Amino acid sequence: MKILCLIIVLAPLAGALIAGLSGRSIGRAGAHWVTITGVALSFLLSLVVFKQVILDPAASMSIDVYRWAVLGGLNLKVGFLIDPLTVTMMLVVTFVSLMVHIYTIGYMHDDPGYQRFFAYISLFTFSMLMLVMSNNFLQLFFGWEAVGLVSYLLIGFWYTRESAIHANLKAFLVNRVGDFGFLLGIAAVLAVFGSLDYLAVFSQAPGASGQTIAIAAGIEWPAMTVICLLLFVGAMAKSAQVPLHVWLPDSMEGPTPISALIHAATMVTAGIFMVARMSPLFEFSDVALSVILVIGALTAFFMGLVGIVQNDIKRVVAYSTLSQLGYMTVALGASAYSIAIFHLFTHAFFKALLFLAAGSVIVALHHEQDMRKMGGLRERMPVTYWTALIGTLALVGFPGFSGFFSKDAIIEAVHYSNLPGAGLAYILVTAGVFITAFYSFRLLFLTFHGESPDRGKVVGRITESPAVITVPLVLLAIPSVFAGLFIGPLVFGDYFGDSLRVLDHHGAVAELQSHYHGLGSFIVHGFQGPAVWLMFAGILSAWWVYRRQPTIADLGKRKLRLLYNVLFYKYGFDELYQGLFATGTHRVGTVCSSFGDRMLIDGLVVNGFARAVNWCSLRVRNVQSGYLYHYAFTMILGLLVLLGIRYL
Amino acid sequence: MESLNADVLMALPEVFMLAAASVVLLIGLYTGRASETLAYVLSLAALITTAVLVYSTSASSESFAFGGMYLNDPLAQAIKLFACVTVAAVLMYARPYLQQRARISAEFYALGLFATLGTLVMASAHNFVLIYLGLELLSLCLYALVAFVRDSRDASEAAIKYFVLGAIASGMLLYGMSIMYGLTGSLDLAGINAYLAQSGANRIALVFALAFIVVGLAFKFGAVPFHMWVPDVYQGAPTAITLFIATMPKLAAFVMAIRLLNYGLQELLADWQQMLMVLTVLSVVFGNVIAIAQTNIKRMLAYSAISHIGFILLGILPGTDFGYAAALFYTVIYVLMAAGTFGVLILLGDREREMDRLVDLKGLAKTSPWFALIMMVLMFSMAGVPLTVGFYAKLYVLQSLVYDGWLSVAVLAVVMSVVGAFYYLRVVKYMYFDEADDVFQVQPSGLAQAVLSVNGLLVVALFIFPNALLNYCVQVLG
Amino acid sequence: MITLTHFLVLGAILFSIGVAGIFLNRKNVILLLMAIELMLLAVNMNFVAFSHYLDDLAGQVFVFFILTVSAAEAAIGLAILVVLYRNRRTINVQDLETLRG
Repeated sequence: MKILCLIIVLAPLAGALIAGLSGRSIGRAGAHWVTITGVALSFLLSLVVFKQVILDPAASMSIDVYRWAVLGGLNLKVGFLIDPLTVTMMLVVTFVSLMVHIYTIGYMHDDPGYQRFFAYISLFTFSMLMLVMSNNFLQLFFGWEAVGLVSYLLIGFWYTRESAIHANLKAFLVNRVGDFGFLLGIAAVLAVFGSLDYLAVFSQAPGASGQTIAIAAGIEWPAMTVICLLLFVGAMAKSAQVPLHVWLPDSMEGPTPISALIHAATMVTAGIFMVARMSPLFEFSDVALSVILVIGALTAFFMGLVGIVQNDIKRVVAYSTLSQLGYMTVALGASAYSIAIFHLFTHAFFKALLFLAAGSVIVALHHEQDMRKMGGLRERMPVTYWTALIGTLALVGFPGFSGFFSKDAIIEAVHYSNLPGAGLAYILVTAGVFITAFYSFRLLFLTFHGESPDRGKVVGRITESPAVITVPLVLLAIPSVFAGLFIGPLVFGDYFGDSLRVLDHHGAVAELQSHYHGLGSFIVHGFQGPAVWLMFAGILSAWWVYRRQPTIADLGKRKLRLLYNVLFYKYGFDELYQGLFATGTHRVGTVCSSFGDRMLIDGLVVNGFARAVNWCSLRVRNVQSGYLYHYAFTMILGLLVLLGIRYL
Repeated sequence: MESLNADVLMALPEVFMLAAASVVLLIGLYTGRASETLAYVLSLAALITTAVLVYSTSASSESFAFGGMYLNDPLAQAIKLFACVTVAAVLMYARPYLQQRARISAEFYALGLFATLGTLVMASAHNFVLIYLGLELLSLCLYALVAFVRDSRDASEAAIKYFVLGAIASGMLLYGMSIMYGLTGSLDLAGINAYLAQSGANRIALVFALAFIVVGLAFKFGAVPFHMWVPDVYQGAPTAITLFIATMPKLAAFVMAIRLLNYGLQELLADWQQMLMVLTVLSVVFGNVIAIAQTNIKRMLAYSAISHIGFILLGILPGTDFGYAAALFYTVIYVLMAAGTFGVLILLGDREREMDRLVDLKGLAKTSPWFALIMMVLMFSMAGVPLTVGFYAKLYVLQSLVYDGWLSVAVLAVVMSVVGAFYYLRVVKYMYFDEADDVFQVQPSGLAQAVLSVNGLLVVALFIFPNALLNYCVQVLG
Repeated sequence: MITLTHFLVLGAILFSIGVAGIFLNRKNVILLLMAIELMLLAVNMNFVAFSHYLDDLAGQVFVFFILTVSAAEAAIGLAILVVLYRNRRTINVQDLETLRG
């Protein structure tokens, strides 16, 4: 098992190293073969591990691979915690990664940075696996930072584009905010529990629920709440929750396979995974869960709204990702960890599918991303169209498709949740279904139906993408349809065993469980709630506005100018941050730097110190006069000093 | 006769190395320059064979030969192995450099092998005579090597300085040994130790002798104030020779220190601790401070070497087994880093000139990114930036200090290494943030390049897996 | 009666003269070599004296080794001196100051 896990982790790393370091000598084909082999190996072995763990729950284990260093009694180690939660994530990560690797052959075909790209995505796979398989907080943090690093590298992959550099910087800055919270959270864990090992921490969690931490003089907060909120700040940045979401739409500057792999299916779900992994901690803080619930609901609703007015095809999908991440977060807040992971699982497939389909369109249109210039691609690109349709139906939660099961379960779970804020959250996520359906079908109609504004000119030469692009689409479409069928065992069965922990008074899932009587009845039950009808209403509205009466869209835009503008400028978050933080901090920074930094710190402390050392250095070096007799004399002096210190 | 055979068998690595060095010398003598390749191959083969012989004469515990003069134990074995590997790598680095300048001949290899033999002897020496012989064998070869490039003005100046100061140092070492012999009546380390343990000899005289011996040691290490030769020799010698001097002799100095201080003079612990403290403090302070003002990179590395020597001595200072292990770990890591750093300098130099000014490194990241990357890793590691192997090396040494209550010394060492980080980072700045003054493409030889890559990767690998080496060091000195 | 102390004092004087010769002499490098020889002879004197008074032969054996090594040392020293003279046309100690700082 240990060897198996090591190979799973190291195979992509080996691929990345070979492709990255000797990319020039092994050539393009060499680069993609070596990385794909590595990731495929990981995927197959993940299947083996999956099978072992699922068949025999006792196979769950924590493996210490290597003790890295011991610092003052604290063991820093590399290890794996293999349990149902981990193996599910491993499967998702390696499968989507494999698809993206294959797809990249086609998408990046003409790019000069071909080998570099493969090295990066393999490196990403390695980092992500380190993250999900970790059995301690330190390694989790390593993976957390490593996926972030690769993500910056990839957002800025086309580093000659100004916008890419800007997006890159934004992602970096926003994630620093999150990391700050996350690191503080880990430090708090260490302070409270004295260990960084998951199992050691989790086993102590019930006992620590009464402890408090002094935040400031006189203010004592429950330790668990502090830890959970700090950790969640990290998750908010990584999983792009309001208000730390601003980096994700901009990250679409990176190549599309990256958007699919990192910014839809895997990395952005790291926050969700982390909270689920830490469920034994989060369960002890109702405050933290409430915060999570509300933040998730806000993200789910308001980010979906923004998706309606975007014109860049990838940005629409990006906002839909934000919104779906919001759904997952809501589920976490409702203590429905299994449902959150389930939605993560289904979402990984259909969102990767949608991104890759968008990429396929973009490639076919020679890197045109504006939906207003598209249309009528249905006949030209049938495979892309049908797979995109499947992805869209899954996304909106059409009964029977995978998204239906996971999303409906989330809404139901929120319904049963009794935390403060659950009522608001329920309204928002239910209304979100309408919005999701609306923007998703808007995208579909604008891109594939109707006529292109400049038909003949562009569309005339368009053909379906090559097999390396369409095959991953088809392969991803299959689980997009059927992944929902696993809802029985995954959510309502005992699939996750001990890896997720829910306290009795957070009974949303248990409640759902008692109402669950098989797939069929779940679907039927779905029709009794408002969500499905709202979804149909959304689809119809989209059809009406964009197919039947295209003028309505313009009319609406004019009549609802204010609303449109608010949405178009994404509630002004960017401007707010620009104004508040960028300009404000700049101003504060200028003052600080001119007074504190330049005069005090630089002038006196740093530069002064440096200058003093330099001055000493220049003086002292003159002792080394170059004359032999001075050297010899120094030695005699040295001898006398040695004698002197013992005699005097 | 039986026992002599057993003795020779135990000293087989040294005997073999002596034979091999003589053969290489004769080849050079009779066939001239033509046989350079043969000598090269033979030397590498000799080093590898010696390493194998060392490895196969398993020494799980201490065993003596030649009437107690010769000691074979895990420490000796470890030093010998490291020395052989280091010298092999050095020869591979040095060859293209010397070839380019058409100055290579079999004598170079012969001198290198004899120097290695000196180190092997020192590693197993358990007697003043043998320590002295090994030390002189090593030193004499080094003097000759520094002057090896005969028409270099700087090299000959460096050689004469090295020689004269080295002779004074070995004179002092001998003088100390003679007094120690007179006081204890023995040249054997165990005999001296036993005598000191059971009867309190004249303390004042003992300290007098000890100071002379410590001077000899400190000179070999290059600790302040016996460091004056280091910068001049590092700068003056051809880079390939500097590489040699900067690496393998440090192992020899380390083992000599352990044998003398721990095996022979352990009873005088309190006395030599005080002396070492002065040496370490001065070395760490002056090495780091003076390095900042340097413009010649070889000279800068010389001062950096002095500060690293300070750290190695800091490990020896507490006189504990863990301290010795930390010092050995530091020594090995330092040798590895120094080999890589000078290796980069060697490969970057071309026929016309040496890359020895700091500004020559400007824009290296553009002209040869791989070398720049390796150099950066090495510089970070030398600076002891956290999460590099150099950091671990410093950490373990400091740990051993703190365990034994040398807190103030440890704090000083930390402060000075922060000062030291400045000049290492300046190298990185030159490489990555400055434009090259003149563009020239480096075309190093394949083998040397491969060795350098392995060297750089080893530094990275040891960062990820420091425990294996550390455990080995602990076990060797346990 | 000549005692051990006499020999030791003589050795110490010889050694001191050798050392002093090295850093007082500012002219000729060859004088340095002679001073070094003097230091080693002082050491030999010590060893022989101790060996005699301790009634232990090991010290005298060591002296033979020292003599041999110092012969080799002198040879190498002179060789370096020749190289130095060829390169610089001078063996004046005060001129050896290119490498400094």
